[in-house]
Amino acid sequence: MAASILAVDDSPSMRKMVSFTLTSAGYDVVTANDGVEALEIAKTSPDLRLVLTDVNMPNMDGISLVKHLRELRDYKFKPILILTTESSREKKLQGKQAGATGWIVKPFDPEQLINTLRRVLD
Amino acid sequence: MSAQSAQLAENTLQGEDGTDQYLTFILDGEDYGVDILRVQEIKGWEGATPMPNMPEFILGIINLRGTVVPVIDLRKFFKMKSASFDQTTVVIVVKIQDEEHAERTMGMVVDAVSEVHNIDKSDLRAAPDFGGAIDMNAIEGLATINDQMIIMLDIDHLMNSGVLQMLDDSQPTT
Amino acid sequence: MSIDLSEFHDIFFEECTEGLSVMEEGLLTLDKGADVEEINAIFRAAHSIKGGSASFGFTAISGFTHVMETLLDEMRDGRREVTREIVDLLLESVDVLRDMVTAAREEDESENQRTAEVQAKLERVLAGQAEAEPEAEAPAAAGAGSDSAASPAEAAPETEEPVQDADGTPAAAAGWKISFAPHESLLRSGNDPARIFRELERLGRLEVASDSADLPLFNAITPENSYLRWDLTLYGDIAEADIRELFSWVEDECDLTLTPFSAVEAVPAESEPAAPAAAPAEAAAAPAPQAVPESVAPDAAPAEVAEVAAKPSPAAAETEPKAAPKPAAKKQASNKESGSIRVGIDKVDALINMVGELVITQSMLSQISSNLEEGTTKNFDKLLDGITQLERNTRELQESVLQIRMLPISFSFSRFPRLVRDLSKSMGKQIELKMTGEHTEVDKTVLEKIGDPLVHLVRNSLDHGIETPDVRREKGKPETGVLELCAYHEGGDIIIQVKDDGAGLSRERILGKAVEKGLVSENEDLSDERVYNLIFMPGFSTADKISDVSGRGVGMDVVRRNVRDLGGNVTINNNAGGAGSTVTIRLPLTLAILDGQLVRIGQETFIVSLVSIVESLQMKREMINSITGQSELYRVRDEYIPIIRVNRLFGTREGTEDLLDGLLVVVESDGQRVGLFVDDLLGQQQVVIKSLETNFKQIQGISGATILGDGTVALIMDVPGLIQKHFESCKRADSGRAAAA
Repeated sequence: MAASILAVDDSPSMRKMVSFTLTSAGYDVVTANDGVEALEIAKTSPDLRLVLTDVNMPNMDGISLVKHLRELRDYKFKPILILTTESSREKKLQGKQAGATGWIVKPFDPEQLINTLRRVLD
Repeated sequence: MSAQSAQLAENTLQGEDGTDQYLTFILDGEDYGVDILRVQEIKGWEGATPMPNMPEFILGIINLRGTVVPVIDLRKFFKMKSASFDQTTVVIVVKIQDEEHAERTMGMVVDAVSEVHNIDKSDLRAAPDFGGAIDMNAIEGLATINDQMIIMLDIDHLMNSGVLQMLDDSQPTT
Repeated sequence: MSIDLSEFHDIFFEECTEGLSVMEEGLLTLDKGADVEEINAIFRAAHSIKGGSASFGFTAISGFTHVMETLLDEMRDGRREVTREIVDLLLESVDVLRDMVTAAREEDESENQRTAEVQAKLERVLAGQAEAEPEAEAPAAAGAGSDSAASPAEAAPETEEPVQDADGTPAAAAGWKISFAPHESLLRSGNDPARIFRELERLGRLEVASDSADLPLFNAITPENSYLRWDLTLYGDIAEADIRELFSWVEDECDLTLTPFSAVEAVPAESEPAAPAAAPAEAAAAPAPQAVPESVAPDAAPAEVAEVAAKPSPAAAETEPKAAPKPAAKKQASNKESGSIRVGIDKVDALINMVGELVITQSMLSQISSNLEEGTTKNFDKLLDGITQLERNTRELQESVLQIRMLPISFSFSRFPRLVRDLSKSMGKQIELKMTGEHTEVDKTVLEKIGDPLVHLVRNSLDHGIETPDVRREKGKPETGVLELCAYHEGGDIIIQVKDDGAGLSRERILGKAVEKGLVSENEDLSDERVYNLIFMPGFSTADKISDVSGRGVGMDVVRRNVRDLGGNVTINNNAGGAGSTVTIRLPLTLAILDGQLVRIGQETFIVSLVSIVESLQMKREMINSITGQSELYRVRDEYIPIIRVNRLFGTREGTEDLLDGLLVVVESDGQRVGLFVDDLLGQQQVVIKSLETNFKQIQGISGATILGDGTVALIMDVPGLIQKHFESCKRADSGRAAAA
């Protein structure tokens, strides 16, 4: 079975683009609009293999999402990548402290994103 | 290969040969044809709701499974002598396209439909201008089948430049 | 694998449009005081547009949004005061951005002068901040930079910064030698040296040399591990912090050393084959004296900065008394985004059509069942029950489906705060805009078509209605005028009103103008209402001077035409017991369904909208009058109303000719009453409106068709169109007789 990835972004076009990129690489993709929705999905689907999240989102931002995910038993050690236009050192450190595995700066190159995911997942 | 796909392949081949299928029908003893791909359905005449201030050749509108479709009397439009409608009187429902590629569904009442013929487009001959009521541009050409002449209609031209345009020109009618 | 992203462009553009309205709306509320939630929403919208445009390769848009975002970021952090000037500039930027998005959508690649101008303005504002702040805080807090999140305590000078001494004097650097040795685990955490290198290349020319000395024997290699180390040379005067920032994610998973080389030192580097002479020249040309104070602060004590950022910084609160709590501290969910899906309108319309079909089938079944004789079928009662239930379900289904096309009128109202703000500014008037009932839902088509008429009405009120502050003061009114936009349901209709407390309508002026234009004759006795509504006549304008705001008297008639196209009507009146006037637009709840009265003329059934019917009556001979033997009038109480013989007007020979044999249906449109002469009244029912234009064309006096329970088609009368047609044909008959005489 293909690995399932949870992609979180408040922008519909980004969500589409990311899920298109990932599905064309053979992954199953579940999407969420914001941290709150993502957390709900994560709680009910312990089988997801990886979370890919934006930072700036309404209701719950990506960094808080990472923190909350790390508190879930099933997500303690799963890879959580951040995909954002944000590139400040300050934010990255926040992300790292929250427990994110990696930080990818948008705009992303679809192929490179897939390579990264493969490396993290395999 | 199943029988169905074999037939499909054959049809495609025919298409490549430039052969098209035409539905032919009768109007005051004359044979006419329309491209069968434009024909949506054929139904019996059940009357129509007349519309106000319309020329005589517009019979009215009918209910075609929830869509409101105008119906014209092709005999009257061609200024042929009119006939009373009977059991064989049918409405040929066609799809037409205007210049902007907007699609319209319209019906035309004819005396009776006859059959479907394969006709090679290159076999069509240009129609001489017979100075009749028919706009020459509405005729795609003339074909001969079993020594019978069939007048092939350009349905888009007939309905757009013919029927609809004529209505625009005649407005307002009193 | 190559991935084509162009198919997502449309979604992106739509998103931009949404984001831009969020920004505009938000900015307008900032006029009334800064609200952190609101600034946050604006920031997020800008941020999304920036991210999307960068991802889809619209670099001009992402570049421009980046500057806006930076400014907004300062605003939300409380580092910049929210002033009217800044809001104005940001609103202007929204306009520019909207144009840029339109240009991108239309693949118009021409340069726009305004873009550059506004971007320069934004940059000047940003630069002003960067220059002004260190001056104010130096020398005590030198190095604290402009990041207010950093209090002096964390701003301790970074000891690892050899190129910068405490007071920020930089050493002229020609470039950096970077030694980068990732730990084995680096790749596993999703990092990619190549990506870091790509980002480094954006800072300056980069040379990459890899050292594979640590590479194990081939069979010992684990592909997920990284064994290589890199020696990089980055040319240019680049702040160390900028470089470190790119490595910040991996700094605890690698060994990283940065060594600057100066222009002088760089000279020997020439001997390296890959370093051409251009490097020192470049460096010499850019001595770059600035200290880059901003980057120092986050670099100084990263861990603390991150922590402090979560709570309001006392320093910031001091300098910026208006600054609200940090956004991170206020994490209340602003549930503005409700779950929704985007579907094509054609799908919705197909669904509506199918439900319409179902309604017809259902009413057909009801009709058949009502004709069934009791006991003819075994389960007669059950059948009737089933049909009753079907009727109920069908109606509910129909209502829900029609609901899909309904959108809140706020989509249309949302443009007005901006419009009123801009116009009142340019006209030197003070106007407060009040909006109520923005959540009233209307059909999507109504929403699309009502926008322009509303804009016109609002402009008209601003221009001709509300007076200048001076005039208002003289009249003893408050200087600030009030313009009110409201929407609500009334019966089966939607009412939209544009109200102002301005000068109101002048009966004399309007009447004078109308007589002058030949719209009415001088000695006509007209009610106030009729007079006021003359302004909707084509070619009417009472403005003493033509202004560029409300145009040249083209407009009010267009407003009426648009409203009529939607099956509604529009009236204007002076406010009772107060100043100003009110325009009332009345629209049907939905364009797909109509409450109809079925009438018979000869063999044919027609439908008249129930809303327009005043009463129906049987005529008495003594009340029928005729003028010049042509026009027939009927006296209803004190009013003479024209009789329209619908059969004659429609050119059919059907229907009764004797007025006493039929019925008169009195209808009203735009204050004008007429009587429609028909043979008989049938039932009343809701009908599904089908456009004649889909397959045919528009017909004067007919607004559409519908399919009745028995499957036949009936035409729906268009009352305003009929009235117009009636008067036209009267005029023609008149001139025909004049010619004959």
